Amino acid sequence: MTLAGLSLAYLKDRALNTALNILLLTLSVATLVILVLFSSQLSERFARDAQGIDLVVGAKGSPLQLILSSIYQVDVPTGNIPLETLETLRADPTVAEVIPLALGDSFRSYRIVGTESAYVEHYNGRMAEGRMFEAPYETVIGAQVARGTGAGLGQKFEGSHGLSGDGHVHEQTPFEVVGILAPTGTVLDRLIVTPVASVWGAHGFGTGPSEDHDDHEDHEHETAGHDEHAGHDHEHDDHEHEHDDVAHDDDAAHHADEAELEVTALLVKYRSSLAAVRLPTFINRQTQLQAAAPAVEMTRLLSLLGVGIDAVRAFAILLMITSGLSIFVALYSALRQREGDMAMLRVMGARPPAIFGHIVLEGVLLAAAGALLGVIVGHWVVAFAAATFPQLQDMGLSALRFEPAEAVIVLAAIAMGGLAALVPALKVFRVDIAQTLADTR
Amino acid sequence: MTTPSERLIEVQGLRHEIAGRCVMDVPAFAAGRGEHTLLIGPSGSGKTTLINVITGLITPTSGEVRIDGELMSSLPPAKRDQLRRRTIGVVFQTLRLISALTVRQNLSLAQTLALGHAEPAIIDDLIGQVGLKHRADAMPRELSHGEGQRAAIARALCARPAIVVADEPTSALDDANALAMAELLLSTAETTGATLLIATHDNRLRDRFARTLALTAPQVTA
Ligand SMILES: Nc1ncnc2c1ncn2[C@@H]1O[C@H](COP(=O)(O)OP(=O)(O)OP(=O)(O)O)[C@@H](O)[C@H]1O
Ligand SMILES: [Mg+2]
Repeated sequence: MTLAGLSLAYLKDRALNTALNILLLTLSVATLVILVLFSSQLSERFARDAQGIDLVVGAKGSPLQLILSSIYQVDVPTGNIPLETLETLRADPTVAEVIPLALGDSFRSYRIVGTESAYVEHYNGRMAEGRMFEAPYETVIGAQVARGTGAGLGQKFEGSHGLSGDGHVHEQTPFEVVGILAPTGTVLDRLIVTPVASVWGAHGFGTGPSEDHDDHEDHEHETAGHDEHAGHDHEHDDHEHEHDDVAHDDDAAHHADEAELEVTALLVKYRSSLAAVRLPTFINRQTQLQAAAPAVEMTRLLSLLGVGIDAVRAFAILLMITSGLSIFVALYSALRQREGDMAMLRVMGARPPAIFGHIVLEGVLLAAAGALLGVIVGHWVVAFAAATFPQLQDMGLSALRFEPAEAVIVLAAIAMGGLAALVPALKVFRVDIAQTLADTR
Repeated sequence: MTTPSERLIEVQGLRHEIAGRCVMDVPAFAAGRGEHTLLIGPSGSGKTTLINVITGLITPTSGEVRIDGELMSSLPPAKRDQLRRRTIGVVFQTLRLISALTVRQNLSLAQTLALGHAEPAIIDDLIGQVGLKHRADAMPRELSHGEGQRAAIARALCARPAIVVADEPTSALDDANALAMAELLLSTAETTGATLLIATHDNRLRDRFARTLALTAPQVTA
């Protein structure tokens, strides 16, 4: 039995008191850990998903909604915009790149995004299996989708209207998985990407991939999109095959004649800073369109959330100080009762610094137990929240990530435990053993 | 008479005053190895004070105490702790077993503090000698007073100190128990080779000890 063992024995001896103190600290540490996990993962995720996108153009409505729906794929889109906007923006010399997004369908609550391969490239998506989509109804699925649905290459499925997964099922529009992406840690992981034309097709602008069409004129964008594919796709150099695909693209897309083709949003990357000055104003002047800058909207959102986060953090810190005080009170009164024991330890030859260390250790052990439990509970709560609320999982919230700030919280809690023990422990240097032995019979 | 080198405890001209009042006065006393001594005197005669001086817990007003040849009374506190740790085991009337530890753990802690490590074999041996084998893992609050005393004796002896000091170990006991306690102290001290110094105002123990040091209530001095 050592003095360290004695520290543990004393904690065990007043188990209820010890448990309550640990619980109090666990609660405050868990609260702080949850805050850290939420705020760091969400803001990092926000930043990563929006990286490189200077402007989002969509239908009029709430700019935040536009950003959330088109970049983070979490909210309902504001509406659709005419496809010609894409051409207009691509023609603008201050714009480096425009990626169209056509939303509205989903498969088992995974969103189907009609877009171009540039969208996948934007998030550095690499193929884990298969190849990039080349024709309408070919899809490339994110890593999380593959895991969640168990879909493999060649899997056929039907999208349903709406983003929640319980909408009307489009019949006769079978999507096919041709590629599975490696995890990117971005929004791409939980998306099903397909050419824009598939979404048009699914919504009755086309009747299906098998129909023959030879109308090319209106759809340079599709062809252009395809050229990009060809440029990046190393697996497919069979030109005739490519050509077939182009035909397919046009095939589904040609229905511009029948109804005006629309997309949901455009992700815009600037070429020059001039665009930032001119473009938003130019777009917002048009009655149907609005432009929203992800950076601006997310700063606004985070500052709104920030007030709440700050309040909870202040509360958690208060809770932590309370538990520090509680540890102090517990140790202080425990040590008053143990003055006789302390004198006896001295009689048995324990050095004052050793006894001091033994008392501080008691506070540190209490705090360490509370802090570690707090971290575990915090991660557990995040895991539980992510499992319970699919939106959080969609946000990429992971309970298995550890933040450096957590180490800071744990160390702060332990230091606080040591500090709480310090005052009672310092008494050991002042105690008059003979007097204490006489006083405590 | 023992030669100085064999003297475990040696006291010279020892006086202790509290607030100008002499509370303990021992002109000379020595005990060699194996010379168990009974320290007797009425209440207030300074027995506890002498024990505190001998164990180095308080510094006498004047005079000196040598323990195993070392001048306890003028050592700095850290050295006193070291000397006490090395040479003295203490039994108090109120036992002072550590309440959070079992009997065995109490012994183990005492041994670790004194020697730097525990010797489980010796602990088990001693627990057997004082007849607590079946109570070895009991907490002090679960022990009867007699069992507690036996545990306290075993603890004082488990680091094999040269000297075991006991302050009023029997005062709360009836005759039979007081004598049994004295027997136990003597017999266990015999096996570990410890020299006993037992303070008591209990005349029942007188017959068991060859040597006594009688303290008288010191008269009030200016
Ligand atoms: N801290 C103190 N302050 C004042 N007086 C003290 C103090 N400690 C001891 N005394 C006095 O010193 C005298 C000797 O005390 P001590 O405890 O040594 O006597 P004792 O022989 O052990 O008595 P008892 O048999 O009752 O234990 C007593 O008169 C006591 O009142
Ligand atoms: Mg006394």
